[in-house]
Amino acid sequence: MALSRKFALRMAGVDITRITARKESILASKAAKTVLQKDIKDIEKIPPLRPGSEIPASYKYIYPEFLASTDMVRRNTLCEKLVRLDMLKRRTVLSIPEFYPGSIMAVTISDPNAPNKLSRFVGICICRGGNGLNAFIILRNVVDGLGVEIMYNLYNPTVREIQVLRLERRLDDQLFYLRDCAPEHSTVPFDLDVTPHPTGVAVPLNETVLKLNPHPWKTRWELYHFRGITFDPKELPLGRAKQLEKALQPHEWVKFDIMKKYRNQIVLEDQEEMFKDIYQFNNARLEKRRSRR
Amino acid sequence: MISRVQPTFSSLLRSYPSVPFPPALPARTFSTTEGRLLIRHQTRMRVVDNSAIGQQCMAAGKWAKVFHVYNKRRVGTLGDKVMVAIMGQKKRGYIVGVVRRQMVPGVPTVDTNNLVLIDESGAPLGTRINVPIPMMLRSKKGDIAKILSIATRFV
Repeated sequence: MALSRKFALRMAGVDITRITARKESILASKAAKTVLQKDIKDIEKIPPLRPGSEIPASYKYIYPEFLASTDMVRRNTLCEKLVRLDMLKRRTVLSIPEFYPGSIMAVTISDPNAPNKLSRFVGICICRGGNGLNAFIILRNVVDGLGVEIMYNLYNPTVREIQVLRLERRLDDQLFYLRDCAPEHSTVPFDLDVTPHPTGVAVPLNETVLKLNPHPWKTRWELYHFRGITFDPKELPLGRAKQLEKALQPHEWVKFDIMKKYRNQIVLEDQEEMFKDIYQFNNARLEKRRSRR
Repeated sequence: MISRVQPTFSSLLRSYPSVPFPPALPARTFSTTEGRLLIRHQTRMRVVDNSAIGQQCMAAGKWAKVFHVYNKRRVGTLGDKVMVAIMGQKKRGYIVGVVRRQMVPGVPTVDTNNLVLIDESGAPLGTRINVPIPMMLRSKKGDIAKILSIATRFV
């Protein structure tokens, strides 16, 4: 139940502001572009998280689940530390590769109901979220003409293997709008081969802009400021275009609300503390590999 | 349908299965038709087997309408038995696909609420299910095993 409530609040988008959402997504995308120029193996060449820090800035895009929840009421630093150690323990057994919403992934889990006790699902990652051991992804695929979405907890002990078949980013962090796009945009064959990502190359940004199906939609996508979809405002149902116009007017007070900004982010000093363990873990692995050579 | 009531925590919980709350609208605009995600009295369902009556109703665009769910909660989930009105007839069927997000990781959700029709003895009316159905249904006991035998694909 704890997971579901947290998830609910997160999914409720409590921390998303109005028009700033679009601006922020553009800024975040630009920031990600500058940081994700290099692969994780060239750790020294990536700019630091903050001046004087040894942790690369790309960590907040590659390991977002190591960041704690921004909900101060639920924060507990000791618990977070223990959770992080548990996550690292799990990572010694299971390799969780670098991926982003929009990457094509394959997840294999132990399933007592499957014929050989293993079930594998391939799909586009349409959402990534959750903190700590509750980190989850949602994969989407169209199988036999039916859209199927499955949620997996990354640190669930039943997860056997997580593969990234094609590594890429999309214009948005959440691709739920694929539900109202043509099925070929979310169709992935189950026997797709792995396209390995060359080291030292930036993660490609897939800038395709999709056209939404005609109405009715499952959600009012026009209100979310997604960059990856287009639609004709004239074709919106009665009254919705007017509401959209109203919604697009920016709230001037938002940029002066320092406390709101502070509450919705984790300060860099805390981020540094949260990424320290995984940074040391990665360094130890690199050293091991070097010594083997 | 748009209500003019302030959203409560429970309403947010109800909206959780779909996508985040729209960031760009005033607080009053949350949908009170969110219950369409639940399978209950008056819910329309898609028939996914190749039975004659099922194909006929899907071709006519008149999806099967639920008027009873065989459990204590009266809200159907995967593997539950429902009674439906279909083309002026009364039929029973099993739920083999739901839109609502499942709390259990690894259990699929699909784009439509799917139904497989059965006859009075519990045997399926069709000979084939055209869409993938959840692997989790194989853990259910009882008559549902009969419809799993005509499934073509599990996810």
